[in-house]
Amino acid sequence: MSFIADPVSFITNWLNSLLSGWGIPDMWVQFIMFIIGAGLLAFGAMIFTIGLIWLERKLGGRIQDRIGPNRIGPWGVFQPIADMLKIFTKEYITPIGADILLYNLAPILAMAAVLGLWAVIPLSSTAYGTNINVGALYLIGIGAIGELGIILAGFSSNNKYALLGGYRAVAQLLSYEVPMAITLLIPVMFAGSMGLNDIAGAQKVAFIFQAPVAALIFFIAGIAENGRAPFDLMEADSEIVAGYNIEYSGLKFGMYYVADFLHAFTSALLFATIFLGGWRGPGAEQYPILGFVYLFVKTAVVYLLTVTIRFTVPRLRIDQVMAFNWKYLTPLALATLLVTALVDKIAPAGQGLLRIILLLVANVLLFLLADRLVTLYRKNHQKLRKVVSEFRPVPVTIRPSVAADEPEVQS
Amino acid sequence: MIPLYWFLILSAVLFSIGIYTVITRRNTITILMGVELMLNTANINLLAFWRYLYIDTGNLDGVIFALIIFVAAAAEVAVGLGLIISAYRRRQSVVANDLDALKG
Amino acid sequence: MTVMQLIFLLNAAVTIIAGIMMSRVRRLLHAALWLVLALFGVAVTFGLLEASFLAIVQVVVYIGAIAILILFAIMLTRGGTDDTYDNSKRWIISLVVALIALGGILLALFTWPQGQALTTPLTAAQQDIGAIGIALLDPEGYLIPFEISSILLLAALVGSIYVGIEHKGEEK
Repeated sequence: MSFIADPVSFITNWLNSLLSGWGIPDMWVQFIMFIIGAGLLAFGAMIFTIGLIWLERKLGGRIQDRIGPNRIGPWGVFQPIADMLKIFTKEYITPIGADILLYNLAPILAMAAVLGLWAVIPLSSTAYGTNINVGALYLIGIGAIGELGIILAGFSSNNKYALLGGYRAVAQLLSYEVPMAITLLIPVMFAGSMGLNDIAGAQKVAFIFQAPVAALIFFIAGIAENGRAPFDLMEADSEIVAGYNIEYSGLKFGMYYVADFLHAFTSALLFATIFLGGWRGPGAEQYPILGFVYLFVKTAVVYLLTVTIRFTVPRLRIDQVMAFNWKYLTPLALATLLVTALVDKIAPAGQGLLRIILLLVANVLLFLLADRLVTLYRKNHQKLRKVVSEFRPVPVTIRPSVAADEPEVQS
Repeated sequence: MIPLYWFLILSAVLFSIGIYTVITRRNTITILMGVELMLNTANINLLAFWRYLYIDTGNLDGVIFALIIFVAAAAEVAVGLGLIISAYRRRQSVVANDLDALKG
Repeated sequence: MTVMQLIFLLNAAVTIIAGIMMSRVRRLLHAALWLVLALFGVAVTFGLLEASFLAIVQVVVYIGAIAILILFAIMLTRGGTDDTYDNSKRWIISLVVALIALGGILLALFTWPQGQALTTPLTAAQQDIGAIGIALLDPEGYLIPFEISSILLLAALVGSIYVGIEHKGEEK
């Protein structure tokens, strides 16, 4: 029964006793367990991406009124395996003049950054990689390492489109870290600690009901950090021909591909942990396996929302992306932080329903105020353009005649 | 477990590597990188002494000092790189030997 | 040899090798990447010193912002090419200076009576971030350095924008 209820703890304890029984000192046992756990987590995440790729392509096809992959296996379930085989066997073409060290290092950094995010997420009440007490800040730091990989890829490819794509990508990623970090402070304020275990554990009422504006800003910034539509100008096929990963082929491109899909799922997982309550649900403390199922269901909902947005809205330009961030999201995030801190002081944590209602009212007022300000701004600054052109002068026709006169103008 | 002087030897070696970088390299950006390394070793020193002497007393001097050094280093790098890029626009060179005239 | 000592020795080796490579490598971008590795090593050292908050802030601020800033500056000033060691006497002088500095510090360390005596750390708890936060805003604590450093950041912000902006119509 305890294996079914809590498989991770069961296996951990069994391995611990096995290794200690062999006479290995205690610290080394812990070290070996850490290494095994990290390897299993990374391996599991990468294997899981195969299912994610199939899901996204099928769902995208259905949204776009087509069938999606359906040739290989029933409903195309073996399509990602065929993709993997193709990517593994493609030839590596290194461009002339590329910086070999940086060119090969960049996909590794991009992949490592995404896998590093899985280390701090609590998958259930007992299954987590590690419980550092600065988990929320760790998320921002790992995102920074991913950006390092992208700028190196853009610069080392010896290709001006790659360089341009790299500059734009880093500008977008660095800018959207700011509202993400500011809105991450709000669950930290509510939970009283930066550790993700504590944030997930402190949500008797999910934080999305207590801070909906912050959740919305975090969701949008997460999509932008990932590089998905509508913010996917980093790899816009119609503009800069795949951006920073033009010159990559074979498994190096495969690493970017896998990192992209895995990052989308990881962003959904983080949103579910921080704002939707993570593994919490009825009966999740006694049976941690149920906690894992709840987390998976919540993540699937957020992930499907992300995929739907991806295949629905058109792409934004880089100046629209920057303006949206610095003129709208960052001031809104700061204002939300101030208002939430104020309400938190007025109705402290013991007050139950009154506090939640007060927070909801404050958030709705803030959102309406922001909306009103944007509408006013747009009304005052909109320039009317003529859509219909003016009446042009009369056309000139040439009549053929026997003597070569000049063309007559018909009036 | 880990004696204190291991940390201090590490920071001393890194500090001397930073001095070597600052004196040897000709490019101003690389000189700035050496200065950053030296500031980091000062941080290691502060935190090592704080850990071994003051962590139980609730005295947070070492940690706050290290945070202020972070702030000062970040401000210095930002302004320094702005200056270097501005000088590059004028003189088309970032080699420290070439930036030797006071009049632009 | 405990696990912590092994981790510390590995980390120290990686950091020192990264520092040496940073000061010797010719191509600027490679030197910047070796700096990033050295900063990672310093972050791991902070983690070993039970200052977890500072370790993560080191990654976010130094590697996530300052290292990317340095990379951008290198990319924007490509005219000032890679370092060449024209002046072959200089590295001997700087090596001597660096060794003198190292010797001086180590001498001061080993003549300090308590230098060999502190072998065990006091406690092994994770850092209490709430205490740092309260100390930063406490008027009898560190409020004044906090406010002055925010003014410093504001001055650096305004200054770097003013220095870096291109003034049109100025004579060359």
